[in-house]
Amino acid sequence: MAVSVEISHVQKQFRKHIVLQDISLTVEKGKIFGMIGPSGCGKTTLIKVMVGMLKADQGQVTVLGKPVPQFDLIEKIGYMAQSDALYTDLTGNENLQFFAKLYHLSKKQRAEKIAYAAEVVQLKDDLKRKVQDYSGGMKRRLSLAIALIQNPEILILDEPTVGIDPALKKMIWMELERLRDKEQKTIFITTHVMDEAEKCDELALMREGKILTQGTPKKLKTAFDADNFDDVFLKAGGYQA
Amino acid sequence: MRFFALVTRIMQQMFRDKRAMALLFLAPLLVLTLMYFIFHSDEVDTTLGVVGLDEKVVTLIEHGDINVKKYDHLSQQQALDDKLDGWLKVENGKVLLTLQNDQPSRAKALQLKLKQALSGQQQAAMQISVDYVYGDEDTALFDVISPILVSFFVFFFVFLIAGIALLKERTTGTLERLLSTPIRRFEVVFGYVVGYGIFAIIQTLLVIFYAVKVLDVVLVGSIWHVLIINICLAFVALSLGILLSSFASSEFQMVQFIPLVIIPQIFFTGIFPMDGMADWLVNIGKIMPLYYASDAMTGIMYKGYQLNEIVSDLGVLLGFACVFIVFNILSLKKYRTL
Repeated sequence: MAVSVEISHVQKQFRKHIVLQDISLTVEKGKIFGMIGPSGCGKTTLIKVMVGMLKADQGQVTVLGKPVPQFDLIEKIGYMAQSDALYTDLTGNENLQFFAKLYHLSKKQRAEKIAYAAEVVQLKDDLKRKVQDYSGGMKRRLSLAIALIQNPEILILDEPTVGIDPALKKMIWMELERLRDKEQKTIFITTHVMDEAEKCDELALMREGKILTQGTPKKLKTAFDADNFDDVFLKAGGYQA
Repeated sequence: MRFFALVTRIMQQMFRDKRAMALLFLAPLLVLTLMYFIFHSDEVDTTLGVVGLDEKVVTLIEHGDINVKKYDHLSQQQALDDKLDGWLKVENGKVLLTLQNDQPSRAKALQLKLKQALSGQQQAAMQISVDYVYGDEDTALFDVISPILVSFFVFFFVFLIAGIALLKERTTGTLERLLSTPIRRFEVVFGYVVGYGIFAIIQTLLVIFYAVKVLDVVLVGSIWHVLIINICLAFVALSLGILLSSFASSEFQMVQFIPLVIIPQIFFTGIFPMDGMADWLVNIGKIMPLYYASDAMTGIMYKGYQLNEIVSDLGVLLGFACVFIVFNILSLKKYRTL
């Protein structure tokens, strides 16, 4: 199997506070890798290290066989941040146009990509509205559309489905699965919604900067003798279910 | 180029933000107009006292829109009591013009009207010498401070608006998002400098044309040189504003930089006389961008300097801008190591 992201023994601390402690994991190409953990466990920091925005104190991160950070890797990663980093005084379309231009897409390509991304997140009819008039869910969807704009090989999504209604959540997951199956995209996703864990090919449970356990959803459930992931999580963390 | 995307976006955002546009473009005009009326009052009639002057000359002066009061004898005390703006006295065949000059603009206006009323020949024949009750001939406050004011507005508003704009990008996370795309750090800074630079240039144009054409501020040198100075200054204000925005965590904290960064600079612009200042204090002034801009601006607008006489001021301003821009590019490393 081809490897998309390889993280080995990554350590990161802010002043005296250790945020990531000896993290190692492998994300295979064409898989959906889920990272589950409570808020503040270091998921976002790990993502920033993967994207190349933060430098690990120790350890190595390689993406597509190259060590991060590198500009041509940044181009191949579609990143969706946890907070909706959008220009609220611009319209949805203007936001998409702006980010598309940063990837050197031609005018025609931009129009195609924007139409595609807006279709996926069902924002086509709202593109002309200003983002400040969007609901929380719509902003989340626009952020996702921006992450899709340059047709990246790897998608790194930080809690993409927060505040999105179940119907649309299902749609987005279907699209993520389609991207994985039809276009061989690698998707790294963080969530603290346990029912999404089931849909991932590979899972890692994280707490307080450490990876508690990792494996396929099925394997984890058997290993911890649990029916659902809440229990897996509790047992992996040493609590009694 | 990627930074054009940034320039376009900044312009879109600015055109949406009508209030920021008004602040940038109309506020300087408003304050400048106010200053004009406070320091300039030549609309008011000027009154001239005359003692022992030829009747023919007096008629000429009266035709020149000057109120004339005739005296047989006039002491300075009486002239001040009568609120004369000035008086002409013939003593031993010589003509002495004494100007009260408590308001330099009134004194200047009176002198100007007198010059217009009398032909060159008469003036030569009369050999008018000028004396001042207060101050001297160099005092013409608005003429001196208006070039400085123009520069001050450019600096102040560009500093504030560009600084707050980048601060907003920092606090909303869009700057971080922006740096997760392949845009280079220098492209972000250049995008900002060019994007807001365009508005700074429009502001400068507007303020200068308004000052010169509407308020009739003295402009001896070239208006293009004035523009060049202010564009350089705008770049300094821009790069300093976005640099300091990284030390602020809210718009209010950005405003707190005004008494720290903006106000002290005013003291070194020449609005307040620097002759009496201690040497060390004068040297502090030399690290302030407005010191150089004011020097260049009064040079061009008031003293009629040519470009080559202010080239060192421009050099220093561009130097400031370059240093701040480099610091900006480096400070973005906080968001992305690459």
